[in-house]
Amino acid sequence: MKILIQNAKIYQNSKLIKSDILIDRKRIAKIAPKLEVSADKVIDAAGACIFPGFIDLHAHLRDPGQTYKEDIVTGTKAAAHGGFTAICAMPNTEPVTDNIASVEYIQLRAKELGSSRVYVIGAMTKGSAGEEISEMATMKSGGIVAVSDDGKCVQNARLMLSCMRYASNFDIPLIIHAEDYNLAGKGQIHGGKVSTQVGLSGIPGLAEEVIIARDIMLAESSGAKLHIAHISTAKSLELVRQAKAKGIPVTCEVTPHHLVLTEEACVNFDTNTKMKPPLRSETDRKACVQALKDGLIDCIATDHAPHADFEKEKEFDYAPFGIIGLETAFPVLYKHLVQTKQISLACLVDALTCSPARVLNLPGGSLSEGSPADLTIIDLDKETVFTPQNILSKSKNSPWLNQSLPGTILWTICNGTITYQNQG
Amino acid sequence: MTPSPQFIGRSMFDLDTYSPEEIMYILEAAKGMKEINLREYKKIPTLRGKTVCTLFIENSTRTRMSFELAANRLSADVVSFQASISALQKGESLQDTVYTLDAMGIDLYCIRHGSPGSPQLVNKYSHKPVINGGDGRHAHPTQALLDIYSIWEKLGDLKGLKITIVGDILNSRVVRSNLIGMQKLGAKVTVCGPKTLMPGNMESVYGCRVEYDLARALHDADVVMGLRMQLERMSEGLFPSLEEYSKHYVLSKNTLKHAKKNALIMHPGPMNRGIEILPEIADGSHSIIVEQVANGVAIRMALMFLIMGGKA
Repeated sequence: MKILIQNAKIYQNSKLIKSDILIDRKRIAKIAPKLEVSADKVIDAAGACIFPGFIDLHAHLRDPGQTYKEDIVTGTKAAAHGGFTAICAMPNTEPVTDNIASVEYIQLRAKELGSSRVYVIGAMTKGSAGEEISEMATMKSGGIVAVSDDGKCVQNARLMLSCMRYASNFDIPLIIHAEDYNLAGKGQIHGGKVSTQVGLSGIPGLAEEVIIARDIMLAESSGAKLHIAHISTAKSLELVRQAKAKGIPVTCEVTPHHLVLTEEACVNFDTNTKMKPPLRSETDRKACVQALKDGLIDCIATDHAPHADFEKEKEFDYAPFGIIGLETAFPVLYKHLVQTKQISLACLVDALTCSPARVLNLPGGSLSEGSPADLTIIDLDKETVFTPQNILSKSKNSPWLNQSLPGTILWTICNGTITYQNQG
Repeated sequence: MTPSPQFIGRSMFDLDTYSPEEIMYILEAAKGMKEINLREYKKIPTLRGKTVCTLFIENSTRTRMSFELAANRLSADVVSFQASISALQKGESLQDTVYTLDAMGIDLYCIRHGSPGSPQLVNKYSHKPVINGGDGRHAHPTQALLDIYSIWEKLGDLKGLKITIVGDILNSRVVRSNLIGMQKLGAKVTVCGPKTLMPGNMESVYGCRVEYDLARALHDADVVMGLRMQLERMSEGLFPSLEEYSKHYVLSKNTLKHAKKNALIMHPGPMNRGIEILPEIADGSHSIIVEQVANGVAIRMALMFLIMGGKA
């Protein structure tokens, strides 16, 4: 099938240039200022911008095991709705994705029914129990792009060192969820001003920082490729800055919520402000924005974590951690960081496209002739109210519910197929 | 007295949303209620036909009895929901519990819960007013009101009074609500306890003074309040032994010589005699610990009266 997109501006080399794009089957066939060719479908995208399809290194699809929260079909539909054409599935499913059969299940389901590419991240330890190394080499041959025990953190430094040495043996990147369990304790929100004010137990920044410090030292010793998930504090960033300066192969990601929200969002006990790591102080948030601008933070990842209403409609202490993020990532960041001139549009787009592709060596992330037909068409000025009715994820646990957001995604095309089309 | 309209149907989650004038209004109302409690027949008909539910997800016999007595004395019907013998044990959510109770026609909830923010949640599900009877480490506004009432009754205006609160500040909802209420009325509050039991940012969040040394904290105090030290804090690695705690932070004749000579002695109870406070002080002539309990019933009566718009 040939798709011709006309009258848009396309994002190439950090610039928006007026161009038409012709897609022929799974590839971008032609990019030119004016294309006069026949096509099976013509999209008039006047006034809109075409970006490379977004790539998310961090999503929880809950499939298998918790499909009342999300499944591969709805999770990838949500991805397409948010302009994503590729997402990485975290392995904290039930059972845990810690073996080749589980990896293949996700790959097959995604290929058959998915609305985006799905790359599988395998568990780092068996059952993510933090006790024995998983069969990561076998999973690697089955196509995993990294290993992680995300949601959990290996507390045993000796085992972590083994994981790193073993993973580096097979050139598998490790993604860490940095959390010292004892320091985090029963913490519910950031250990700071608001935890003192509202009496919720605090998770101090130290709980993240001591593990990042440890794992940077272990990575230096083992030569492993380390990627730090959802970094959230100024001191964590300082540790990464030092590590990068020393040439240690470490990368990191930040979530949209840590770039936009702070602990102050928790004062009304809204369980859609409860996640790990917790929303931090304004100082930490500003440090994250600055680090994104400086390139110290490599990319943005959503940590899309769906939970059902009945799970979130609970006392703050009893509600699960996490929020959905695929459908709001670009609109929220465009509104709060680009429109407020804290970062450039190019900084935001690169952090959602070529940069995550580079971190895990994934295809895509740029628009050029011959590259995969993964793209998203966005009207930057058009506002849409983010209502529960227009969420495509099975879960609605978002702190941005019912807010009007710019950067409306009009179409998403993945592998030459239209995976999302705005009906508004 | 005709109830002031700004209280009708209004939940009390904490004192932060109440003006100094509103707090004083509640104290004045409690004064009238206290008088009723001293009568031989301690009952007035103002809330006849109203139903109060004490929803105690965390057990507290004393506070529950205080709320129930308050409701009884205003002639409201009282039902009691206790988590330990209820459907919550079978996994029912708070949401479903409130829907169920609401269907039975509750007019006011008095809730005690271990998790901060739960009173707001009950109010969200029921749309009926809620009085927070203590939510985790967050707030305990009726305790703060009865403490403030007790000081006001003895010393008058709180403006300029030096009040020192000693003990496990970290885990105390009583301290948080008292800091808000007392300082709104112009008192100068100092909190004191070991560093491991002191939350961060106390000065910037509450504008209070923080002292780790008891003698300095008590210096020139008009009012001294001890807090209950809980044994489980030892297993949490926050302090080594009750004996060592007591050596440094006990309220005794000896340590209280730093405070004003007639300083009022308070404690929200239940007390660990010999640990945070010595009997010589708890039972001494300046102690108002027992009166605090009596004032608690009056304060809760006043609140119920104001919220439900009873007629005098």
